[in-house]
Amino acid sequence: MASINSSQNRENPFKQNWFVTAIWLLIICYVAYSFNAMGLSWERFNEGLGHASNLLGRMVPPNFSRWSLLMSGLIESLEIAVISSICGIFISLFLGLFAARNMMPNWISTPVRTLIALCRTFHPVIIAILFVKSVGFGALAGILTLVVASVGFIAKLFAEAIEEISLKQVEAIRATGAGFTSIILFSVMPQVFSRFIGFSTYQLDSNLRNSTMVGIVGAGGLGGTLFSAFQRFDYDFVAAILIIIIALIMFGEFLSNIVRSIFR
Amino acid sequence: MNTIDHHWQRFTLKQKLSRYAVYLVLVIAFVQSIQSVEVIPEFLLDAPEQMADMFSRMWPIDFAYYPVAVHDAMVETLNIATLGTLITLIFAIPLALMNASNIVNSAWCHWISRFFLVSSRSVNSLVWALLFVSIFGPGVIAGVLAIAFRSIGFVGKLLGEAIEEVNMGSIEALKATGASWMSILLKGYWPQVLPAFFSIVLFRWDINVRESAVLGLVGAGGIGVVLDDSMNLFQWDRVAMSLLAIFIIVILAEIVVVNIRKRLI
Repeated sequence: MASINSSQNRENPFKQNWFVTAIWLLIICYVAYSFNAMGLSWERFNEGLGHASNLLGRMVPPNFSRWSLLMSGLIESLEIAVISSICGIFISLFLGLFAARNMMPNWISTPVRTLIALCRTFHPVIIAILFVKSVGFGALAGILTLVVASVGFIAKLFAEAIEEISLKQVEAIRATGAGFTSIILFSVMPQVFSRFIGFSTYQLDSNLRNSTMVGIVGAGGLGGTLFSAFQRFDYDFVAAILIIIIALIMFGEFLSNIVRSIFR
Repeated sequence: MNTIDHHWQRFTLKQKLSRYAVYLVLVIAFVQSIQSVEVIPEFLLDAPEQMADMFSRMWPIDFAYYPVAVHDAMVETLNIATLGTLITLIFAIPLALMNASNIVNSAWCHWISRFFLVSSRSVNSLVWALLFVSIFGPGVIAGVLAIAFRSIGFVGKLLGEAIEEVNMGSIEALKATGASWMSILLKGYWPQVLPAFFSIVLFRWDINVRESAVLGLVGAGGIGVVLDDSMNLFQWDRVAMSLLAIFIIVILAEIVVVNIRKRLI
């Protein structure tokens, strides 16, 4: 009887995965290449660190003395976020329904899907530039930008949510002889409503973040105040604005959690 | 017994009231904002005319500009997005580990990691870029760091959630063999979060390609610098060229990510 040889035929339970190893090697090569191509170097980074401590030192007592300027920018940002979220959600309700492939024939859903994808392709800042050119500086450009951004994001999610519903309830309502509007209101909406609320609160949140940013290209709100403070090297005022922005966003998250728990 | 009066209601009175309160607050906020926001209606009226003017200036797209400046800037943009995503991992992985309650069991660690993750997400990438431009000066390095710092919150949060969802059976089995902390992480957790990890990183990379295209507007390198320059010179045909290049790159990035994700999952 052959003795059991424990040293042979003993496979390593953790085999080397050559594919993954190759990916890691590729990544390392890429990092070396890109550092070279973009001229990044340790000296440059080190030099920056000195500036960083200088900058932080100048930011440290945040300067809240220009309170009225800060508040007017903040209120404008809030207004942009509220108006654009509500308009965007309202438009997305219809576009999402039209883009759902189980509710609509192909010749309606395909163009609507393309439109939604087009809204999502460009970064809000680029859309803001185009709107600033066409409607001038100010809050209107910001509102239009964020409406487009909201449509690109939530209309897609709405459409996906509607495509995932169970069609049995739709059939049941249709069997009672209900019209199209009643089918939507009483069989589709109850199934997707709580998810819609989730997406909408998320969008309100992200519009709040973005409304503090579109001002950088002149579309109104706190971003413009922030950008001009940066250009005037008023870093203590910059620190005050950043604190306000973070506080605003945390407050927004707190509110959307409350709304989500109400509609659960 | 009277059963007629007990008809079924979907929501309790309290639920109904709180829902109506939310609607009421929304309507009040909307009306209040519409009334006080400074919008000049004349600007809205001539918007179509202005739009038509802009597109007519854009029309013969200046394709000759592509080899001159756009190509190099596009490569730089892609490099910023990719390198930024990779640098994010250095910070995001430890924070994700700290944030996962099945790895580190201490409320303090959770609060610290959550603080970093939330503040990274709250500050927009353009604002991060402004900060880094004032530290490192205009250029690529500010863009890479802005992308990296903005992505920490996103990657860290999602990765932490993925780690919390792993099946603890194999981890316990490894622990029972007396494996060290490092081998538990590498051989127990890592294979289970691997698909989620790659899909999160790819998803973020896709977002970063879009974001790095605009960082140049505040001087942080990439195609945005070219876009900003031609806009300041009112060369709308060159603006159109840059926008077209961004559009194509974004679509390509999305196609690549969708295909890789299909293979991985």
